[in-house]
Amino acid sequence: MSEAEKFNPVIVGFLCNWCSYRAADLAGTSRMGYPATLRDIRIMCTGRLDPTFVLRALQGGADGVLIMGCHPGQCHYQEGNYKAIRRFALLKRVLQQLGLEEERVQLHWASAAQGLLFAETVSRMTRQIQALGPLDWKHNWPNEEPFMLLQPYLHEEVAHGR
Amino acid sequence: MSEPRVGIYVCHCGHNIAGAVDVEHLSEWALNLPHVVVARNYQFMCAGTGQELIENDIGEYGLTHIVVASCSPHMHEKTFRNACERAGLNAYLFEMANIREHASWVHPNNRSAATSKAKALVSAAVHRVLKHQALEPMRVDILPATLVVGGGIAGIQAALEIADAGYPVYLVEREPSIGGHMAQFDKTFPTLDCAACILTPKMFDAGAHPNITLLTYAEVEQVEGYVGNFHVTVRKKARMIREDLCTGCGTCWEKCPIKVVDTVFEAGLGYRKAIYRPFPQAVPKYPVVDAQNCTYFSTGKCKACERFCPTGAIDFEMQDEIITLDVGNIILATGYDLFDARRIPEYGYGRLPNVFTSLEFERLTNAAGPTGGKITLRDGETEPQSVAIIHCVGSRDKAYNEYCSAICCMSSLKFAHLAKEKTHAEIYNFYIDMRPIAKGYEEFYHRILAEGVHFIRGRVAEITDEAYTTEEQGKLVVVAEDTLIGRQRRIPVDMVILAAGLEPRRDSQNVSHMFGVGCGDSGFFTERHPKLDPVATVTEGIYIAGACQGPKDIPDTVAQGAAAAARVLGVISQKQVQLEPVRASIDESRCSGCRICNNLCPYNAIEYLAELGVSRVNGALCKGCGTCVAACPSQAITGAHFTFEQIMAEIDGILIDAGDYEPNPIEILA
Repeated sequence: MSEAEKFNPVIVGFLCNWCSYRAADLAGTSRMGYPATLRDIRIMCTGRLDPTFVLRALQGGADGVLIMGCHPGQCHYQEGNYKAIRRFALLKRVLQQLGLEEERVQLHWASAAQGLLFAETVSRMTRQIQALGPLDWKHNWPNEEPFMLLQPYLHEEVAHGR
Repeated sequence: MSEPRVGIYVCHCGHNIAGAVDVEHLSEWALNLPHVVVARNYQFMCAGTGQELIENDIGEYGLTHIVVASCSPHMHEKTFRNACERAGLNAYLFEMANIREHASWVHPNNRSAATSKAKALVSAAVHRVLKHQALEPMRVDILPATLVVGGGIAGIQAALEIADAGYPVYLVEREPSIGGHMAQFDKTFPTLDCAACILTPKMFDAGAHPNITLLTYAEVEQVEGYVGNFHVTVRKKARMIREDLCTGCGTCWEKCPIKVVDTVFEAGLGYRKAIYRPFPQAVPKYPVVDAQNCTYFSTGKCKACERFCPTGAIDFEMQDEIITLDVGNIILATGYDLFDARRIPEYGYGRLPNVFTSLEFERLTNAAGPTGGKITLRDGETEPQSVAIIHCVGSRDKAYNEYCSAICCMSSLKFAHLAKEKTHAEIYNFYIDMRPIAKGYEEFYHRILAEGVHFIRGRVAEITDEAYTTEEQGKLVVVAEDTLIGRQRRIPVDMVILAAGLEPRRDSQNVSHMFGVGCGDSGFFTERHPKLDPVATVTEGIYIAGACQGPKDIPDTVAQGAAAAARVLGVISQKQVQLEPVRASIDESRCSGCRICNNLCPYNAIEYLAELGVSRVNGALCKGCGTCVAACPSQAITGAHFTFEQIMAEIDGILIDAGDYEPNPIEILA
């Protein structure tokens, strides 16, 4: 067994309540197995995804983040996923500047009927991250710009001025 | 404020969870999570005794927050919230960890991984629930009217039940008449009473009922709102007939010079005019102008119908009408489409003239059909001497649809009986398994067996007109392996009927999106619970009935129509409905008045108060998507129940290092 196969990454998932969370439910009810790497968090819509959630997950020890929403044009809230696409594009630029590999943070779509697509997406991303190896920002959060500039936003007390 | 006290309840769900997750270990481990004072595991948390466990503990231990680790919140969130409420705890101080759909069921062979993942999910729920706040659901009045989409037997039944109870119903149908597929059938199994005789009185009742507004030749274009308060936009297509003047006398279609092949009602076997009424008992009785084929619309001339109409009811200037309806509940009864038999080329439909679909045969044998009920070959004259009926066409076949279409066995038996009775032909039924499963069906099967119909167990490989022997000359040869005698058979016949399966409507994806209901793997609409909530959907206030939920026969369809109506009546009788308090609100002291959120909101729920220089959310319009919450540069907007703090805490909790879990080897053996 190679080193990459032994490594079990932790992927934090942000799934929208209406499509992708239900796709994950369907993968479950249909007993479609996929690697136990994804730990998912339900949000009402990918439009709710504050980019700092992604940063917090990476800083907290996730090896990757998978954001999944309804297919474009099928958002339960009409266009929340389009907002997510735009924010994701900006977030990617920030992450790129932090030196993060492209595959570590991904945005995908799955309708409530696409349990198989959901399972395949998790499997594929797991393989990609296994190939990259651990991130471990939890222990290696660099003590330098631009990481330190991001720091305040990752803590609720500062973010909310409380 | 005193210290929070969290209770954790891990469900075994029989073996569903306990089979892959070490629930004992999980609940023991969970005691180490912050503020957890009690952690239990129990066989079935959703059962009454499981819920009582929570209720008693809330009283006994003074619990302030509850976490249940079981199935998807879409399954039982409501159940456990109610349990909390009964014990006097606010329903929103509860959180669910989905360790069944998202853990045990997807990692069944990896106890260690499934248990570790379940730990992470439970930890996330505990961290999150500690940040929960008590919320009060919003109460809104329920509009008494109901929209029923689809005027087949399911929709008609539902509409009549609700209308009889005294509430208004809008029945929207895409075709010019209500009646659906059932109106096309000749006889209904197993009693062989005529479909029209039992359907048309119901159609008439629906058309004449004072509480039912029929909107035929109309389609829903947009749905907004929520349970109790839906705003629906319907396009009523231009009929070119003034309904207030038309008497349905039929002069117009007698005079119309254009004959068109009727591909809808007559399944392509008969003709209609360019102005037509789909069938004599149509409800409403008014005809409709088919603008695509009408001479006037292509050349600007003709208007024969207008000239001869005795009441001046024809209006070529008529435009599509947009109607908005305010309804409290919606029932989807959009039915099915027949499997297109052309997709199986080896069966030759569309290439070999005497291969018919089940719907074509229904029209052939129907006394009101194109041949007046005479069963003939495609030439319209010759009676078949031998008929093959192929079951499971497009069903029970992974290349097309994996599911069983449920009705084809029985309709094939019915076809066998009708063909035998009318033509005395030799009948061969090719089947995989006989599935006559409902009341009186098995008896019907025995009756058909006794009538001397041949049954050959085997999937048909091919239908061909290539003859090997003189006996096969000029015939259709059905090639199949007879699995009961283990031999390849070639049966020459004059006519083949393909019992085509039922499929979701071609536009079911769009409809499901428009109404916010899910489609399963097969494309049929998904019910809230496959066993215990078969007509509700995940969207409150939207119900499903009939074949749009899955293939089913007429009795089941009628039962579902009535069931959906009963559910709607239950909601209406409550007069008010509770709405999830998942709403955005703006802290005006933090709002800078930048107005970024104003344009982001898809529901225009955020208004800018110019005199105060801040924005404000209209709670009745907000749907709680949270797009504005994520966008606010001042973090002045809070999304209730999905706050920044709650999600951040959930992220921290989910990334807990649960340590490697080594399952007990003895347990694995057990």
